[in-house]
Formats: sequence, C-alpha cells, structure tokens
Amino acid sequence: MIEHAGQVAVGDCLPTLIKPPITRTTLAYFCGASNDHNPLHIDPDAARAAGMEDVFAHGMLNMAYMGQLLTGWVAQACLRSFEVKFGAIVRLGEQLVCNGEIIDKQLREGGCRVVIRLLATNQAGEEKLSGEAVVELPVLETAQTTGA
Amino acid sequence: MTSKFVDTPIPPLVAEVEKWQLRFFAKAVGETNPIYFDEVAARAAGHPSILAPPTYAVTLSLCETDPYARYRSLGIDWCRMLHAQQGFEYFGPIYAGDRIRFESRIVDFIQRRQGRLKFLIEETEAWNQDGALTTRFRKTIVIRGPETAQ
Repeated sequence: MIEHAGQVAVGDCLPTLIKPPITRTTLAYFCGASNDHNPLHIDPDAARAAGMEDVFAHGMLNMAYMGQLLTGWVAQACLRSFEVKFGAIVRLGEQLVCNGEIIDKQLREGGCRVVIRLLATNQAGEEKLSGEAVVELPVLETAQTTGA
Repeated sequence: MTSKFVDTPIPPLVAEVEKWQLRFFAKAVGETNPIYFDEVAARAAGHPSILAPPTYAVTLSLCETDPYARYRSLGIDWCRMLHAQQGFEYFGPIYAGDRIRFESRIVDFIQRRQGRLKFLIEETEAWNQDGALTTRFRKTIVIRGPETAQ
C-alpha cells in the first residue's frame, strides 16, 4: 500500500486488477447486495423486452471493481474523489481489467494531491469504464529528500 | 431545455449501515481486504467497525422499498434507464452502525435528439448521525426513448 507522497510519481501505474468473468450468479449476488433490483441485470426476459440481448453488469458493480483498484493501492481515507463514465455495458463472460495511471501530483499545504486516470477494459482491450480519482497523501520530509 | 423536474424535492431517507449488508456487498464484489467484511480485522486496523467501501453510499441510498418510485413519478420507465456517469466526493468515512441521512435533488434534466435521449442528473448528500457530511455523489442517468430501442 502507498503511504506517502514520496512513493508515487507522475506516470506511475497502479497494479492492474483483473476481475473474474461476469456470470449470472455475480449479477444475482450484486442485485441483492447492492439494493439495485433493476430487472435488466438479472432477468433475461426483461432485458430482451427492453431491447438488450441479455442481462449485463450493473454500472455500480463495475465501479465497485474500480474502487477495489484504488483501495488495494491506497487506504480509503486518502480518497478525495472518484468518478467514472460508463462507456459500454459489460456483458456476461466479460472480465473487467482495471488500470490507473498517475497524471498529476501537486504539493499543497498539509499534503500532496495526486490525480489518477482510470480505465477499465474487457479482456479483449475494449474500453468499458473511464474516470478519474483524486487522493491526498501525507508528505514525509525524509521521503522528499531521498527523492522517490 | 430545463424542466420542471429540476429541484423537485425528493423526500430525505434515513438508513442504517448494517454489518450483514456490508459483508454481502464484499462477497458480491469479491473483496479480499477484511476491513470491509470482518469487524475484528477492521478494529485491528484502527477502524471503529466494518468500513463501507467507496461506492457503498449509493447502495445504502437504494434501501427504500421502491427506490425507483421517484423516477416513475417523473414519467420515467426504469427499464429504459442506463447509468451513464457516477461521481463521489469524500469528506469522511461511513461505518457499520452509522445512521445516514440522504438528501437528494435533481440538478438537471436535459433532452437531446427531440426527446429521444434524456439525461437526468441527481445529486445526493449523505450525512451521518453526528451531523457530518460523509460523501456527496452525483448520478447521471440516460433514458432511451422507445424509438431508440433495438
């Protein structure tokens, strides 16, 4: 886990997070666990009636996966903002591959503000989710002088 | 085109953060960090109880019997809604045992392509039992008109 600003630099990438393929079971669990009971995600009949081929992942499931990319890298208390655009639906059998890259780092009073560009694709590299997160990291004097 | 929906008051919702639901959420997303599902581990890591993950406030805000009623009352068919964008600002943690009060409002409603595509933007603040703002989140929903369905 990243603990202070000296451990990160612009251009650094977060360790890639690869989630298992989406199954109907995944969606059934997330329906119950997330309170999002929209039938488009669990009932193929409802999905087809709405013009979709089949059920597909909840946007907030994909965002929860992206959140795990962040909280696996830095303590959640450092997170200041987190936003995503749901660019394309994630279908059954698709796997979300979550990536983040540091695109800005600014020293401020009381800490260091780090901006992370987020991108999630399926296993074939097709873009599904894009976004941005801001974290604030403490600055250690020693870390600054050793220049990480 | 602005709309009568903007600033339509949405009744506030108060919801308790339940341990079982945080555990269920962790299981559903394949969470491996025990601070998100195991109270002993959370306490050992310095937290007062199980920590709610970054997107959990949305889940809690949907714990009403019929969370889609507000959209139906605006004439929106929930089967035509797609989540387009979601953003959070964070001010403080949410833990199991907290009582969260959600205050929501519709901040924009935009129609495009002669009403065949509509965008609804809703902003929600989540306040805890101590009167502290924990997070503010913004949801953008796109509503496809019937003629755009495949």
